[in-house]
Amino acid sequence: MKIVVLAKQVPDTRNVGPDAMTPEGTVNRAALPAVFNPEDLNALEQALRLKEQFPGSTISVVTMGLPKSAEVIREALYRGADNGYVVTDRCLGGADTLATSYTLSQAIRKIGDFDIILGGRQAIDGDTAQVGPQIAEKLGLTQVTYAEEILSVGPENKKIVIKRHIDGGVETVEAPLPLVVTVNGSAAPCRPRNAKRVMKYKNATVAAERSAENADKYAALIEKKPFLNITQWGAADIDADLNQVGKAGSPTNVKAVQNIVFKAKDSRTMTASDADVEGLIIELLNEKIIG
Amino acid sequence: MNNVFVYCEIEGTTVADVSIELLTKGRKLANTLGVQLECICAGSGLEGVEKQVMKYGVDKVHVFDAEGLFPYTSNPHTALVVNLFKEEQPQICLMGATVIGRDLGPRVSSALFSGLTADCTELEIGDFDMTVGRDAEGKPVKKHFEQQLYQIRPAFGGNIVATIVNPEHRPQMATVRSGVMKAEVLDENYKGEVVKHDVAKYVPEAEYVVKVLDRHVEASKNNLKGAPIIVAGGYGMGSKEGFDMLFELAKVIHGEVGASRAAVDAGFCDHDLQIGQTGVTVRPKVYIACGISGAIQHVAGMKESGIIISINNDENAPINTIADYIINGTVEEVVPKLIKYYKKNSK
Repeated sequence: MKIVVLAKQVPDTRNVGPDAMTPEGTVNRAALPAVFNPEDLNALEQALRLKEQFPGSTISVVTMGLPKSAEVIREALYRGADNGYVVTDRCLGGADTLATSYTLSQAIRKIGDFDIILGGRQAIDGDTAQVGPQIAEKLGLTQVTYAEEILSVGPENKKIVIKRHIDGGVETVEAPLPLVVTVNGSAAPCRPRNAKRVMKYKNATVAAERSAENADKYAALIEKKPFLNITQWGAADIDADLNQVGKAGSPTNVKAVQNIVFKAKDSRTMTASDADVEGLIIELLNEKIIG
Repeated sequence: MNNVFVYCEIEGTTVADVSIELLTKGRKLANTLGVQLECICAGSGLEGVEKQVMKYGVDKVHVFDAEGLFPYTSNPHTALVVNLFKEEQPQICLMGATVIGRDLGPRVSSALFSGLTADCTELEIGDFDMTVGRDAEGKPVKKHFEQQLYQIRPAFGGNIVATIVNPEHRPQMATVRSGVMKAEVLDENYKGEVVKHDVAKYVPEAEYVVKVLDRHVEASKNNLKGAPIIVAGGYGMGSKEGFDMLFELAKVIHGEVGASRAAVDAGFCDHDLQIGQTGVTVRPKVYIACGISGAIQHVAGMKESGIIISINNDENAPINTIADYIINGTVEEVVPKLIKYYKKNSK
């Protein structure tokens, strides 16, 4: 099977410390480590399981972002992916989910041959869950969101059976290949890195990561081992319509951003003494707030 | 044309609470804009479904009733919403930020090239000026926009609140979680129109591509959402046994037990008791926070509570800044006293 995995490098918003926001109220990206979006790792695990089930399958990982987002490609190579693509270009910046899904769908069209596109349900920096379904719509494919487990795939009859989370329960659906599947955080966690693969791929880079000083070193490496060159695509490489990428292709605009500040209410503080607690209960009962 | 639309989510033949809440919000937005409120009900066996929604002030109910529209699958519902919207040109479309709304919304927005904001916590109408491009000399070109939908949502793990607008594309789409808006009957006898559509005209046969083989849905085991009194425990409860004390307090004062994410993650109680941005949103008359520090994500799910009582041995706990009553003390000491003195003084 030809498997495409969508991955995103995100600031880790799960454990934000007090320095996560600047005094001006903007996000202090430097204080937030960049990580592999957690649910994209769940998606990668589903891809790796398919590859085990169907030997000879290939897993291509696609990301859009700054050149340093090649880190997620390397991370995926360490865990068993076969190759990766970094879509990076100045004109892609400021994209909302619609422009992002257009760009990624163009990259997938360029890859061309695929049976299944897997991605995380949502990214922790936006929590929108929109890019997966929007890519499906742009490619004219159906989708299964909130997937928890791929139960069976029949490459011959081109059908896939998936268990998915729904509000208040679960359902099992059968869908035709090819399709887009977004994987929930409750799915199996991703396996760890494989030490041999780390050795093999640790020098894999995209062109934009290489500097003038080390260009020769990498050129020599790539000549011997072509798999160390991670494909880098700009907007022109994926035949992107510039009106549909970046800020220009984004219908949504951020009008205002406001830092969260708790404003202290008029409150009454009391001790845990019997008198204070009983006094509170009596007050609440008298005012018919409880009882 | 240019009306406010709500996509009603339907389980079996029952319209979901979140959709009803959005009808009330949609009615208010429509009043502000001076337009009508319309809604979409799509499913199977929907005879009389309008009775569930009309009283919230719906002017027109679009009914799509056909085999294959329940259980929900992505393609047929996308097709009927997209094709209806091409005819009706709504200016606003609201959906629940549920599994269904978050599956359908992005597909519809992609097909119509319209902006969609997920998980809004507030929706307002307003006017503003915005830069829409640059002129020949590179100076920003400003344009004035009136009566736009402000889509307000927490972002970045709840550390900021962003106001999103999409002035140049229609419809302006937003999803909202269950419990965030409040349902209010407008008029029991509200008279709107019912339009029964020919589903085949909107949904080509080829769209029925996904088959639901098996489905299990359980009604929620607790009544957190509607509870007037909630006793919620956090990581400070210390253990599963510590939570037993809260169940006892809740029973005595006729409340329900809730929890913070930290308590759920620590295994002190079931996941379905979680209150907050990734759990249930509640607005009880009284909220008793026991050993809850008050992370922003938790506060987002309970800040609309009438009276907030915080029991915490850390006087600097963030939750104390939004509490009406703060009891400085350990939960082990205070909770049994609340039980004791309630029993002594009630009735």
